Amino acid sequence: MEINTENVEDLVSKDYEHGFVTDIDTDTVAPGLNEETIAFISKKKEEPEWLLEWRLKAYRHWLTMEDPTWAHLDIEHIDYQAISYYSAPKSKDDAPKSLDEVDPKLLETYEKLGIPLQEQKFLAGVAVDAVFDSVSVATTFKGKLADAGVIFCPFSEAVKEHPELVKKYLGSVVPAADNFFGALNSAVFTDGSFVYIPKGVRCPMELSTYFRINASNTGQFERTLIIADEKSHVSYLEGCTAPMRDENQLHAAVVELVALEDAEIKYSTVQNWYPGDENGVGGIYNFVTKRADCRGNNSKVSWTQVETGSAITWKYPSCILKGDNSVGEFYSVAVTNNHQQADTGTKMIHIGKNTSSTIISKGISARHAQQSYRGLVKISKSAENARNYTQCDSLLMGDQCGAHTFPYIEAKNSSATVEHEATTSKIGDDQLFYCMQRGIKEEDAVNMIVNGFCKEVFKELPMEFAVEAQKLLGITLEGAVG
Amino acid sequence: MLNIQDLHAKIGNKEILKGLNLSVNAGEVHAIMGPNGSGKSTLANVLAGRNGYDVTKGTVEYEGKDLLELAPEERAWAGVFLAFQYPVEIPGVNNVYLLKAAVNAVRKYRGQTELDAVEFLGLIKEKMKIVKMKEDLLNRSVNEGFSGGEKKRNEIFQMSVLEPKLAILDETDSGLDIDALKIVSEGVNSLRNEERSIILVTHYQRLLDYIKPDHVHVLSNGKIIKSGGPDLALELEEKGYDWIKEEAA
Ligand SMILES: Nc1ncnc2c1ncn2[C@@H]1O[C@H](COP(=O)(O)OP(=O)(O)OP(=O)(O)O)[C@@H](O)[C@H]1O
Ligand SMILES: [Mg+2]
Repeated sequence: MEINTENVEDLVSKDYEHGFVTDIDTDTVAPGLNEETIAFISKKKEEPEWLLEWRLKAYRHWLTMEDPTWAHLDIEHIDYQAISYYSAPKSKDDAPKSLDEVDPKLLETYEKLGIPLQEQKFLAGVAVDAVFDSVSVATTFKGKLADAGVIFCPFSEAVKEHPELVKKYLGSVVPAADNFFGALNSAVFTDGSFVYIPKGVRCPMELSTYFRINASNTGQFERTLIIADEKSHVSYLEGCTAPMRDENQLHAAVVELVALEDAEIKYSTVQNWYPGDENGVGGIYNFVTKRADCRGNNSKVSWTQVETGSAITWKYPSCILKGDNSVGEFYSVAVTNNHQQADTGTKMIHIGKNTSSTIISKGISARHAQQSYRGLVKISKSAENARNYTQCDSLLMGDQCGAHTFPYIEAKNSSATVEHEATTSKIGDDQLFYCMQRGIKEEDAVNMIVNGFCKEVFKELPMEFAVEAQKLLGITLEGAVG
Repeated sequence: MLNIQDLHAKIGNKEILKGLNLSVNAGEVHAIMGPNGSGKSTLANVLAGRNGYDVTKGTVEYEGKDLLELAPEERAWAGVFLAFQYPVEIPGVNNVYLLKAAVNAVRKYRGQTELDAVEFLGLIKEKMKIVKMKEDLLNRSVNEGFSGGEKKRNEIFQMSVLEPKLAILDETDSGLDIDALKIVSEGVNSLRNEERSIILVTHYQRLLDYIKPDHVHVLSNGKIIKSGGPDLALELEEKGYDWIKEEAA
């Protein structure tokens, strides 16, 4: 069934709900990137010599690299010298010991975003390590986690308190020279989260970080490192929104996950950065390197992501399945609307014996949006009896958007089983009419159908996140069909 | 209850309804019969407010209101129900979930409190018996993978839960086996009362053996060309449509 494109037009014209700017006095370094900028960042963060060296090495390598051009994206040239590489809320010098000490403006910002820290503290049983611009300013639930021996802190704090762990694992999954944006991040990353779950520990609560970009003209370079030691278990949640901006903002995060023997990491993301206005002006550029190393036997990593924001998303959470019987999973919902572009997918690299991976990707495009799924399943020679199941479904709303699927399979071991299924469908007029005839409003009907389409992914999310994700989808697609 | 006057409707440039008149009082059951392609489903869709139909002339009055002014969901809230000739599959959307959303949308419109999960389950437990609805169908995606008969039964089940004032059943009998026809008909009969009107679109007399209509109409080439009592259906069964077409010509 055809969808009426005129109605599509007014459907999608819903303003970004979180588009406001908090007036906070930031302490921002002048735009530009050179070895001095890096030294400045490193000094600001009181880093040890080895880390500065590590950054500089990454930077020197980055200088030899070129912007990737192979993704199915249309990107304006980014002037890396026009970006400011450090920005921190003023209050960071005398870092707050509790929420009471946190800048009330900042708390207000979270309030507006619907992330009331205060409430979360009591209600959700979620520890929050909130990142505002480049420095973490509020950390809760430290005590309970400390009792379990879990380390959950800002990355910069981990560098000071747990240098041996950072030194051992930093860059061990995503080497500094890995890719253009990864190298850039390695050179200039400012903060992020650090998690270590000791042997045999099941993390007593879900760990959560909310990211938010604020200061003008500042690229944000998060660095996250999560280590699950033998027989441990952790579920980590990441969610983000950003205020309205005129110029494009660069975001290039690196997330490294290490799962040792019998360990399990569940990493869930809800991403809702400013996508730009209806004409695509002013959105966030989101270039993320996320990779998990299933280093130990029987280890398991699941990536679950709900991507609704950003002007451009370039993101392939991946799993390196080194340990025998290790398991990698990727569950993704990506929504693109207006002029949003997304090139996302995953890589599953099978190295160990009996390794298995599952990929469920749900792409939704509306209006002029373009979306690509790019997946690589690689079965190495050593990967006896590896198994992969891939399912890529695309849902189109309107007839000016596009969905593209690029599944790559490299199998070097003949005992492998690799299955791939793909579908493309449109939200049908007849489906909408059926719901409306039963008394359900069009918008609610769209929501219902889209949520139905995404069900297999949403069920992988922790409960409160799933609810948030459904809401987000509703906001993003409001007005997208007629 | 329903008064259709000189209704003309087009799909694209093609005129399908060409001056249709029909009046239905509260509590009545009207059967509409007629050759394939004569416009029966078009009439049902126009009454339910489906997109893509252009009403060029005529009026439809429903309970004193101009029905054509209302959005499809508003018509549903006002008690108009269409049992689809081809019920639509909606993958991933749970059958009960859709029905609960529908019930609560109507209740909200009427200023009633929304039913919670427990109350709703209580309600549908009762209604399931009416059409002997299989429990596992409730928890599957809306119509997905349902057999033809199961889909039709699901429509009548939804009707029994939504308790409409005007129900339009578009060939609900086709695709039903003999036993199912009986069960569904009994279900429809149990929903008959003085306030509820039913328009039955059908090709076959056998449905009318179970659901006795008050009036029978023949729709041909976009118009009602003959109306009568239950006997008219019997006559049609015997003689087909040609004689009426000739009579009308
Ligand atoms: N979307 C459409 N585009 C063009 N013509 C259409 C469309 N939908 C219906 N028609 C035409 O309108 C006419 C009436 O169709 P309608 O479905 O109302 O018939 P019907 O009386 O319900 O027939 P049946 O007994 O086969 O169900 C047919 O000639 C059909 O081909
Ligand atoms: Mg029909």
